[in-house]
Amino acid sequence: MAKGLGLAKGLMVTLNTMRKPTATKHYPDAKPALPPRTRGVIALFEENCTVCMLCARECPDWCIYIDSHKEVVPPKTPGARARTRNILDRFAIDFALCMYCGICIEVCPFDALFWSPEFEYSEYDIRELTHEKERLREWMYTVPAPPALDPDGEPAAELVAAQKAEPKVYEAPALQAGGAAVAAPAAAAPAAAPAAVAAPAAAAAPAPAAAPGKPAREHAEIDKEDVGVDQGVFDAAISAGLPERVARAKAKSAWMKNWKKENAATQAAEATAAAVPPAAVDESAVQAPAAEAPAAAAAGTAPDTEGAAVVAMDPGPTSVAPTVDPASQGADTHGMTGSVVGDAQESHVDVGEPQIDQETYDAAIASGLPDRVARAKAKSAWVKKARKGQV
Amino acid sequence: VIESLLDNWWVAAVLKAVACLGVFLTVPLIIGQTEHKVMAHMQGRTGPMYAGAFHGWAQLVADGIKFVQKEDVVPDNADRGVFKLAPAVSLLPALFVLVVIPWSPGLVAEKLDIGLFYALAISSITTIGMLMAAWSSANKFSLLGGIRGAAQLIAYELPLVLSAATVAMFAGTLSLTGIAAAWEWWWIPFLAPAMFVFFVASLAELNRPPFDMPVADSEIIFGHMTEYTGLRFAFFLLTEYAGIVVAGALFAVLFLGGWRGPFLSAELGILWTFLKIFAFGFVVIWLRVAYPRLREDQLQKLCWKVLIPLSLVQIFVAAAVKLYAPWANGTW
Repeated sequence: MAKGLGLAKGLMVTLNTMRKPTATKHYPDAKPALPPRTRGVIALFEENCTVCMLCARECPDWCIYIDSHKEVVPPKTPGARARTRNILDRFAIDFALCMYCGICIEVCPFDALFWSPEFEYSEYDIRELTHEKERLREWMYTVPAPPALDPDGEPAAELVAAQKAEPKVYEAPALQAGGAAVAAPAAAAPAAAPAAVAAPAAAAAPAPAAAPGKPAREHAEIDKEDVGVDQGVFDAAISAGLPERVARAKAKSAWMKNWKKENAATQAAEATAAAVPPAAVDESAVQAPAAEAPAAAAAGTAPDTEGAAVVAMDPGPTSVAPTVDPASQGADTHGMTGSVVGDAQESHVDVGEPQIDQETYDAAIASGLPDRVARAKAKSAWVKKARKGQV
Repeated sequence: VIESLLDNWWVAAVLKAVACLGVFLTVPLIIGQTEHKVMAHMQGRTGPMYAGAFHGWAQLVADGIKFVQKEDVVPDNADRGVFKLAPAVSLLPALFVLVVIPWSPGLVAEKLDIGLFYALAISSITTIGMLMAAWSSANKFSLLGGIRGAAQLIAYELPLVLSAATVAMFAGTLSLTGIAAAWEWWWIPFLAPAMFVFFVASLAELNRPPFDMPVADSEIIFGHMTEYTGLRFAFFLLTEYAGIVVAGALFAVLFLGGWRGPFLSAELGILWTFLKIFAFGFVVIWLRVAYPRLREDQLQKLCWKVLIPLSLVQIFVAAAVKLYAPWANGTW
């Protein structure tokens, strides 16, 4: 009897399986939904590479090939020492050898290497699996934004430090008089708004000040070759008996200070003039009590944004990503991805499975790019659009 | 003119032969495709999806084209003539049996009075084709498969014939058309043991899992088919699926009333017949997916200790009912 029962059970199992949907994934027809951290291919953000060779040395397979040469950069001021910098000639990863351990990505101190989920790059010739730097650079277009940070997680160390520094930076009475909270400049005058200052607004605002983002970045880049010397300060220092070197340094810093003051003033004015929609400001400057915050900030910060400007010029991660996404203060990689894509208003809005922007794709194909690259570009364009739409 | 042409025996014979050949070449393919799909879904897969664009419907056509293209290899030590003849000997009986299968009340290629006898006799020729292939291949796996097959097929002929004889006796005729016409609903419960025996014996005759010892691919490569390639190999495969169709048709006629359905038996006769054949085929495929292969001793035990006694008991009971129960004779 028990035997017969087993036979019937066997029939039921197969019959029930037949009624259920199949487990088959129709791969070439239906692309797999890969998680963003999938280890598909390694992308090189060439602009960030300093040829430190750490990746090549840490690679367990020795599958990273780097060639470089040094170039002498002439001194910027007469009499100064000439500097040398490394120029990357070749950066290649042999994916026939690579075991996808990701150590190179972990070890890169300058965030020049990234994982991309793309995996369809098999070749008929094994030599083709050695991707040179141009191809590795193209993979950058396929690198997804990192996932949003845990809202309940501890804030990044940089953010905490910036928040501690905050009262010092904004002690100026002008701001308080304006009624705007500390966050106001971050929203209204993003030109001077570095990550650190934007921080207070961060917790609540997903994307700081969308509209003024662009002018901000343009102005934040300071041409350091223009640095001059404040003659008055220099003379005073010399007459005070200080050595010439020290005097020059003091004079230079004084000049810089002045320049920044002027610059910040103009930027603040410009930013306000750029017709910031009040809604956007409200969103970012949560602590700003009124909608006139931008005006107040613009007027009030002019003489006092010095500190902010200084931070903005810090050669830290902010210089790459002027509008640092509050959701990822810790993960500056995203800022870079953003700048790669050329999207200043990038935020970590999850746009879901990337699709393809047909226009971009057609344009890329028309310009003779290979299908793979065109697809990657179109995908990134789509993501960009989707994000803009959500912002 | 057409009627006078059809009255001509030769013209009618050719037409009938062509019709039988048409059924013979298409229905087994449908069964084969069903097997691909049913088996796949029972295992959580989708089966062929590309050939013919829609759910791989043309997979077997593609397979056929592939088989035609392949080299026809005959092993050096093989008995060439026998080796080449074996697939045909194995395949043709299924075609010949189709001649006497009644598809609907008037639709039968040849109304043979001894139709059942003819069908069982002809279909057992398949065994000879299999033995020819096994012996002539000069391959130990082929020989092993052939010996297993001979033991199995000959053993299972017995319950097959006994259960078929029960029905013939009950219907009072050997003509398949006559059996289908005499069939009544209460035969299903009454002849259930014979039905079971006939079904299991058919499975074994077809070398279908779980009775696939003769071709057990994990043990003896592919039994008598080991040395075959190309079209000849395809013939052996077609034998299997044509065998399912024939066995299903016989099963339908003997136990399920052939063309009879719940309604419109006369008009929709073909539909009912094919429905029953495909249901039979589905169960055959289902069993293949669900059950593991029987060992040689289990196989023989099942035949001699279960099926044959069961069919003997059934034939005695049926004979008694036929002789002494007036309602079984229609004279009640």
